[in-house]
Amino acid sequence: MNQYENAVETKGITKKFGNFTAVDAVDFYIEKGEIFGLLGPNGAGKTTLMRMLCAIMQPSSGSANVMGWDIHKNPENIKRNIGYMSQRFALYNDLTAKENINFYADIYKVPVEKRKKRIEKLIRIAGLTGFEKVQAKNLSGAWRQRLALACAIAHHPPMLFLDEATAGVDPVSRREFWDLIYQMADEGVSVLATTHYMDEAEYCNKVGLILDGKLISIASPDTLKDGLEGNLAAIECDNPIEAEDILDRFEGVLDASIHGVLVHALLKAKNMKENVLKALSSAGIQVKRFEFIQPSLEDVFINTVEKQRKLTHKVFTKGVD
Amino acid sequence: MERLLTVIKKEFLHIFRDPRTLALIILLPAVLLVLLGYGVSGESKDIEIAIADLSKTDESRHYIQQYVAGSDFSYAYDAMSEDELLDLINEDKTKAGILIPEDFGRSIATNKPVQVQLYINGSVEPSTAQTVQLKLNAISQSAAQNVLIDVLTVKTGGMDISMPIDTRIKLLYNPNGDGKLYMIPGLIPIILQVQTLLLSALAIVKEREQGTMEQLVVTPIRSWELMLGKIIPYLIVTLFNTLALIWLGGLIFGVGVVGSYWQLVGLSMIFSLGSLGMGVLISNLSESQMQAMYLAVFIVLIPAIILSGLMLPRDGMPAFTYWFGEFMPVTHFLEITRGIMLKGVNAAILWDSIWPMIILSIVYFAASVFTFKKKL
Repeated sequence: MNQYENAVETKGITKKFGNFTAVDAVDFYIEKGEIFGLLGPNGAGKTTLMRMLCAIMQPSSGSANVMGWDIHKNPENIKRNIGYMSQRFALYNDLTAKENINFYADIYKVPVEKRKKRIEKLIRIAGLTGFEKVQAKNLSGAWRQRLALACAIAHHPPMLFLDEATAGVDPVSRREFWDLIYQMADEGVSVLATTHYMDEAEYCNKVGLILDGKLISIASPDTLKDGLEGNLAAIECDNPIEAEDILDRFEGVLDASIHGVLVHALLKAKNMKENVLKALSSAGIQVKRFEFIQPSLEDVFINTVEKQRKLTHKVFTKGVD
Repeated sequence: MERLLTVIKKEFLHIFRDPRTLALIILLPAVLLVLLGYGVSGESKDIEIAIADLSKTDESRHYIQQYVAGSDFSYAYDAMSEDELLDLINEDKTKAGILIPEDFGRSIATNKPVQVQLYINGSVEPSTAQTVQLKLNAISQSAAQNVLIDVLTVKTGGMDISMPIDTRIKLLYNPNGDGKLYMIPGLIPIILQVQTLLLSALAIVKEREQGTMEQLVVTPIRSWELMLGKIIPYLIVTLFNTLALIWLGGLIFGVGVVGSYWQLVGLSMIFSLGSLGMGVLISNLSESQMQAMYLAVFIVLIPAIILSGLMLPRDGMPAFTYWFGEFMPVTHFLEITRGIMLKGVNAAILWDSIWPMIILSIVYFAASVFTFKKKL
C-alpha cells in the first residue's frame, strides 16, 4: 500500500470538450477517511471531475493524485484501490445478485481465503440475504442500488467514488445507504460523492460547490451555513409568488426564493423586518408568520449559485457594452 | 488469468440465461445451410428447350435425338415456326431454342451443307446462359460429326470410320458436376462468417449501452482479458456450429469431408478466432448496436458473400475488389474448405491459403485488443 496523506489531491485539473470547459482548473484535496460531497447543478462538471480522478478520463491539463498515485502514471494502481458506483447501477441484469458480486470479487482478485467471508458480509451489508439467487433485473431500485454498492466495494477499497449513487431511490433507502457509507468512513475509507440532494450533503464532512466547472467554495456544511451573508427569514403568506417578486426587488434583501409554501428572504440586517412587513402588506399580501431561521445547505447553495450567475452575467454585459 | 476465466464464465451465463437467443445461435446456422444448400445448388440439368422442326424427316428427328438423349436438355416445347420459337423465348418459357430448317433432311441426304439456328435466352442469369450455350455448342458439334461419319460410312460402303482424335473429359473431384459438392463447402465459411461477426460485434457495444462498460473500465481488468474473455465463449459456440454444419452437409446433401476432418475443424477455429476479433473490432469502433450492425453487414458480410469467391470467380475482379477480398479471412478459408472437403488435399498443399488466413486472424484479434481503450 502506498503511503499518502490525502486521499485525493488535484492541481489545476482541467477538462475541455472542444470549446467547452467542463472542469476548469480545479484545486482541492480530500483527507483520508473524509466524506467529501461535490455539490452542483446538472452540467457543472461533477461527473467529469470524478471520472478523471478514477483514471478513466484523460484531463486536458493539470494533475491529480489519488491515494498517492498519479492519475497519468499509475492509472491501474488507482483502479485496483477504488470503488466506483454511478447512478446507472451498472449491474448485469441476467445475472443473480450473488453472481454479480462474485464477478466483481473475481475481477478485483479478492484472495480466495477471504472471499467467502467477504461475499457473505457484502450480502449482509447490502441486505440481500435471501435474495442471492434473484436476477438483478427483478430487484427494485433500492435493492439494485445496494447491490451495485456491494459490487463496487467487493475488494474493500480504501477509497470510494459515488456519482449520484442515490438518484431515484426513496428517502428511507437513501438514509440507509448513507448509514453504510458512514460505517465505511469510520473504518477509514475516504469517500467522494456527488449529489443533488441537499440533505445528503449534510452527511458530508466537507462540501465543495461546483459551478460551470469551477470549484467556488469548499467548507464543512456548518461553516458554509454560517458563512451565508445576511439573516435568513422564513415568511408564510397568502401569495408567496408575488411576495418573492416584491422581496427580490426590495432594497436590502440579498435574495429571495420560494421553499414550498414559504418564502425565504435573505435580509442584510434583522432590523429590516418592519419595513419588509410594511411593504408586503401595502401590496395586499397577508403575512401569517415571519421568523428568522437557521439557513439550510439548500439556502446556501441557491444563494451561491445565484450570486455566481449574477456575477457572470455582469461580466457578459460588460463585454457587450 | 483468473480474470479471464471470470469473464468467460460470465459470458457463458449470459448465453445460457437467454434460451431463446441460445436456440437462435445454435439452430439458425444449420437452418441456413439447409435452405441455401437446396437453393443455390440448383443444377443446370433438364433444361427445357423448344425445338421447331420444320423439316420433320428421319434425319431431323435423329438430329434432335442427340440433344435430348442426355440429361442436360429436355424437349419441352414443340414450335411450328421460327416466330413461335422466338415467342417462347420472349415469354421466358424456355432458355434455348433450336430451329431446324425445312430443307434439313433433303440437304443431309444430298450432302449439302445446312444451317441450324440455335437461340439462347441471354436475359437469364449469365452463368446459366453460358452453360446452355456451351452445352448446346458441344452437342451440335458432335451431332454434326456423327452426321459426317454416317455419310462417310455410307459412301465408303460400310467402312468402320471414326474420328481421328477422341477427346475425353474427366471432371476431377466432382465427377458428376454436382453443384452441391461445390456449394456446401462454400456455404460453411460464409455461414460461420455471419455467425461469428454478429455474435462478437454486439458483445462489447452491448455492455457500453447497458452502462456496465463504465463499471468495467474502473476495475483493474486488462484489455486482453476482457477481449479474450468475450471471444472464447463464442469460439466454443462456433466450434459447435462448425461440427453441426459439417455433419449436416454430409447427412442432408451427401457432401462428406474427403480430406482430414480434424484439419478442417482446426483451421475453421483459427478462422473463427479472427472473425470474432473482427467483430470485436467493429464493436470497439461503434458507439451503439445500430452502428455495429451497419458496419458488420455493409463492410464485412455483404462483401464476404460477393467478393469471397463463393459464387463469382475472383480472377476477373478489378484490383480493388480483388484485394478487398484478399483481406477478408473468409476468402482464404473458402479455398481451404473446398480444398479439404472436395479435393481432399492436405494442409501443406493449401498453405498458400492457410498462412494469409492465420496472419489475418492474428491481426484482427490483435486489433480488437489494441482498439479497446479503458477510457470513456
